[in-house]
Amino acid sequence: MTVAPAATAPALRGARLRPAWVAAGLVAVAAAALAGLVMGPVSLSPLEVVRELLGMSTDLDARQIAIVEQIRLPRVVLGLLVGATLSLCGASYQGAFRNPLADPYLLGAAAGAGLGVTVVIVRVADGAATPGYVPVAAFVGAIAAVALAYALGAAGGGRASTASLILAGVAVASFLTAVQTYVQQRNQDTIRDVYVWILGRLSTSGWSDVWMLLPYALVCWVVLLAHRRILDVLAVGDDEAATLGLHPHRSRLMIVGAATLGTAAAVSVSGLIGFVGIIVPHTVRLLAGRSHRVVLPLSMLFGGAFLCIADLLARTLSSPAEIPIGVVTAFFGAPFFVLVLRSSRRTGVTA
Amino acid sequence: MIRCTGVTVRLGDKVVLDDVSLHVPRGSWVSIVGPNGAGKSTLLRYLTGAVAGVGDVHLAGQPFGALTRRQRAQLVAMVPQAPVIPDGMTVVDYVLLGRTPHIRALAVEGPTDLFAVHDALGHLSLLTLADRQVATLSGGERQRVLIARALAQGSPLVLLDEPTTALDVGHQQQVLELIDELRGLHDLTVVTTMHDLTLAGQYADRLVLIDHGRVVVEGPAAEVLTEDNLASYYGAKVRIIHDGDRPVVLPVRRERMPRIVP
Repeated sequence: MTVAPAATAPALRGARLRPAWVAAGLVAVAAAALAGLVMGPVSLSPLEVVRELLGMSTDLDARQIAIVEQIRLPRVVLGLLVGATLSLCGASYQGAFRNPLADPYLLGAAAGAGLGVTVVIVRVADGAATPGYVPVAAFVGAIAAVALAYALGAAGGGRASTASLILAGVAVASFLTAVQTYVQQRNQDTIRDVYVWILGRLSTSGWSDVWMLLPYALVCWVVLLAHRRILDVLAVGDDEAATLGLHPHRSRLMIVGAATLGTAAAVSVSGLIGFVGIIVPHTVRLLAGRSHRVVLPLSMLFGGAFLCIADLLARTLSSPAEIPIGVVTAFFGAPFFVLVLRSSRRTGVTA
Repeated sequence: MIRCTGVTVRLGDKVVLDDVSLHVPRGSWVSIVGPNGAGKSTLLRYLTGAVAGVGDVHLAGQPFGALTRRQRAQLVAMVPQAPVIPDGMTVVDYVLLGRTPHIRALAVEGPTDLFAVHDALGHLSLLTLADRQVATLSGGERQRVLIARALAQGSPLVLLDEPTTALDVGHQQQVLELIDELRGLHDLTVVTTMHDLTLAGQYADRLVLIDHGRVVVEGPAAEVLTEDNLASYYGAKVRIIHDGDRPVVLPVRRERMPRIVP
């Protein structure tokens, strides 16, 4: 019995990214970015800002143009990059570990970065030399912590199961956090600096942070997006993935490696921004579908937009003071997430 | 199709398979039977490369160790006993997973893969369920989806671990008939593990009885399914009734101890 494929086969389609969702994501990014550019202590006309960005003649004066191009634009771009990277890494971690609670900090990246930064701030307490070293310390600390967790998790049987990796990550994270707390308590005078960094903020140092983050973010994006189908295969578990011809441990190492690179770079410029890596991918999953072909790209778009808006709130709500962005992401993100969860249960979007 | 000798698998310090030899001619159906914990599933897992061990194994004439995992997956498809069904995955997407060994490492599926999936779904009467979520299907439908995935994989050798265990008697028959039909149609070689000895004897060309990791008896159903064999290896008290040349295994209730009435 042969089924004539030509006439009917095109009706079959695997999971795919619907253009409408991509459009929605792009609109969200554009709207968030525009809001980030026009709002602040100095309000600007959206139309004029758009004209200026497009290189057309505008009514903005030189000071306003400087505000847009030197202060707000780099910060908006940084927010988009950091949000996209953290969301993408979170979605990839959740897939690679088949664990909905996984976030980019699962294997100790946050604790490692925290320790690195604390040590640098304490060592160079006078402040003048600090800014240059902090991102490097965060980057190195995050990567070292994940590498350590991976090595420990894989040490048992030579192969790293998801459970042994997660447990090793927990152990490494608590150990490094303990050391970090100890160092911090011994140096009370720097607690504030450390604390401010840990809560996360998008810095305002112009374009340099963007250029620093961009190469790592691009590598991370390309590698993780390329693994979108592999992540779907990993969803059936290591044993079955192996019978389908995959090397699950090898794939997971690639995914964790790329995600760690991106996370470490994001953390080094923004501090520890929590929650984005969990809430954005889950919201996308609930609304748009569970395949990683859908979840990964949409997480990037909506993650970028979300962090951009969060940063806007962080710097405007109690202006001129800044609320740490990590506080904003959790404060507004958590209730929103609960709403999405409830409404999707009711309408039965998810299984 | 499969020719292996001296397969030994250790899990921890327990020897799960001990010097097992197995020969499965192309196009035949061999059923591996044996009591719980005898090593039946481990043998299947070994043949897919999911557990490591020593032994001299040839698949389709090629030495096992020389095959990459991808090449192995192109030769052997596995229908697991307790599959992981990802949340929210549709039947099409699930069956598409079977195409993994044919898709380049970081690419996505092409038209050939969708045709293969369409074919597999057609053979198993699943086209109307294509967009349903696998997790919402009944046991019988789900088993057909699993077989469709193995069929889409296009491997000449299909291993099925307890394909009938969770099914009622009607669906057990339906699934086994389907496997037999597909075997003829696609020239498949089939190896199953089975608990139901009567069914195993009805469908398989040969039975291999494993106990404590060793092959103890093998041959046609009538030679393997004897009252003595089932007593010594399963500790079961059964009667064998012959329906034509097919043995039917009939468990017999043991005599009740006479109750002492005070």
